[in-house]
Amino acid sequence: MITGKTIAMNAGKKQSSIAFVIGASSVGTLIEWYDFYIFGMLATILSKQFFPAEAGTAALLSTLAIFAAGFIVRPFGALVFGRLGDLIGRKHTFLLTLVIMGGSTFAIGLVPGFKTIGWAAPILVLILRLLQGLALGGEYGGAATYVAEHAPANRRGFWTSWIQTTATLGLFLALGVIILIRSNQGVEKFSGEWGGWRYPFWISIILVAVSVLVRMRMSESPMFSKLKSEGKTSTNPLKESFGNKANFKMVLLALFGAVMGQGVVWYTGQFYAQTFLETVCSIEFVQSRNIMLVAILMATPFFVIFGWLSDKIGRKWIMLLGMLLAICTYRPIYSTFIAITAAKNRTHIIDERLTKTGPLMSLIDAKDKHKMYIKQQLDTTYLDGSLFKYTKVDTIIGYDELGVNRPINLINPTLIKYHSPKPSIVIEKTMGNAAKWDLIWLVFIQIIYVTMVYGPIAAFLVEMFPTKIRYTSMSLPYHIGNGVFGGLVPFLSTLIVEFTKTPKNSDGDPLAGLWYPIGVAIICLIIGAVYLTNKRDKNVMD
Amino acid sequence: MNTLKKILGIVWMILAPVIICFLIYEAFVKIDLSKPAEKANTILQWVIILLIFTPISIGLFIFGHYATKDEYAVLPESSSELNDQ
Repeated sequence: MITGKTIAMNAGKKQSSIAFVIGASSVGTLIEWYDFYIFGMLATILSKQFFPAEAGTAALLSTLAIFAAGFIVRPFGALVFGRLGDLIGRKHTFLLTLVIMGGSTFAIGLVPGFKTIGWAAPILVLILRLLQGLALGGEYGGAATYVAEHAPANRRGFWTSWIQTTATLGLFLALGVIILIRSNQGVEKFSGEWGGWRYPFWISIILVAVSVLVRMRMSESPMFSKLKSEGKTSTNPLKESFGNKANFKMVLLALFGAVMGQGVVWYTGQFYAQTFLETVCSIEFVQSRNIMLVAILMATPFFVIFGWLSDKIGRKWIMLLGMLLAICTYRPIYSTFIAITAAKNRTHIIDERLTKTGPLMSLIDAKDKHKMYIKQQLDTTYLDGSLFKYTKVDTIIGYDELGVNRPINLINPTLIKYHSPKPSIVIEKTMGNAAKWDLIWLVFIQIIYVTMVYGPIAAFLVEMFPTKIRYTSMSLPYHIGNGVFGGLVPFLSTLIVEFTKTPKNSDGDPLAGLWYPIGVAIICLIIGAVYLTNKRDKNVMD
Repeated sequence: MNTLKKILGIVWMILAPVIICFLIYEAFVKIDLSKPAEKANTILQWVIILLIFTPISIGLFIFGHYATKDEYAVLPESSSELNDQ
């Protein structure tokens, strides 16, 4: 006899089983994102260790590692593993992607530098990076599909939104680990050939081992198992996904009406914001990362909130509202970044006690003896606690009394005629508490947009496609939208800023780069608003 | 709404080749402007961009074509309908 107690126990069991499914899937996906991010975050050190600047071929390999892994291999991985997931099942496929990702990340940490093994270093790193991209392409679709196929219809947005937090938490974890090791070791030790930058790669193997053990205990998706037992799985998922017009038109709609806008909003909020703070606003390395970390941490619960809300009111308008807000506010937000951090706008009083001008230091160029650098440090401290460090470097090129360019140490100092090109001034700003929090809130707002477009997207994609080709059909638009449209935000935004540079304004318009994400989001918003429906497919058992 | 979908379909069909032409033009300009030492790297970057954006633009063209043919006039109510087609 079924009693109320039995029903309550079954409901409790189901709840804990879903919690396990979410936990196991999310942790694995989080680790994959962590693995993918640490490469990008340590790119400067990696390029010095593996891709020396003076070697042209190494620069080519570096470009391939950065561009190809994100833009070509990720969508390719979506096809390879999507197909596999629809043929052999979700569980084994995303177990495989996790092992490939973790193994390649760990191996990158073991590759000796260019100094030790020469050309083998960049080639090995390139191969491993491509493997990372391939694995990432297969992971997300599997995890999202797996969770969605376990979740009840009225809570699909809520449960899959936990998967959406992983991309952000992976970024958080990667940033946290790097900052922790770097601040413990110091910059010099951290950046050495076998320095601390390798630790985040090595840590990955422990995280992956734990995640693999957890995932091994998971059972196959109930819907896929049912299809398999009935012999109804797809025999050729690629053909059925992209060769069947009815399905292919939905793939195109998913890409152009939702995912490409989501990709650019995501990359702008989480990556371009940090680049902008560092390069345009000159915020100091650790503080710019801290600003991102705090904003991300505060905004992360909203992935789940918007996922939950999408179960109540539909997915479409939440995502499109996120895009609309981004379109309308990106330029005001970024111009406020500049306004807060610009020295000329500061009304705060300079703290004369802490403001100091360092001595002039001269240094002859190690390679070009005609050149001498004169360096001077000026620290300006404001009463609000902000510290602006200016490092001015004058380049002196020596000429003797006959006007001949000679090594500076061979010329009688009284006879030196010098030509000094425009001095370079490097500014590093550490903002006071109030200004720092203003910046955090501005990043937070952008990450709220990210949560709006990204929170409901897994449920949205899962509901668009039938079970037998779901993994393949949703993975490709997702990785084109995020990997290509999103991943190109830094490159194309920098390119657009280049267009605005003139002889009179050599820096160009720093806000011009925002036209790329805004433009893509506008097209996506129009397509989404006109062509998409807000109906949720309650039955994904097909 | 269906008329709007069709009209916008034409816009997407025009936009797709415009994007490809713009990227090819930009690729030539940027490769031309790059320093000799960076030329090979710039070529590689642009080849990758063209390689990836050309099929996407073709996809946008097909999307526009489908829109003009009323393919998006009525969307499936459930993903199960895709199995039947």
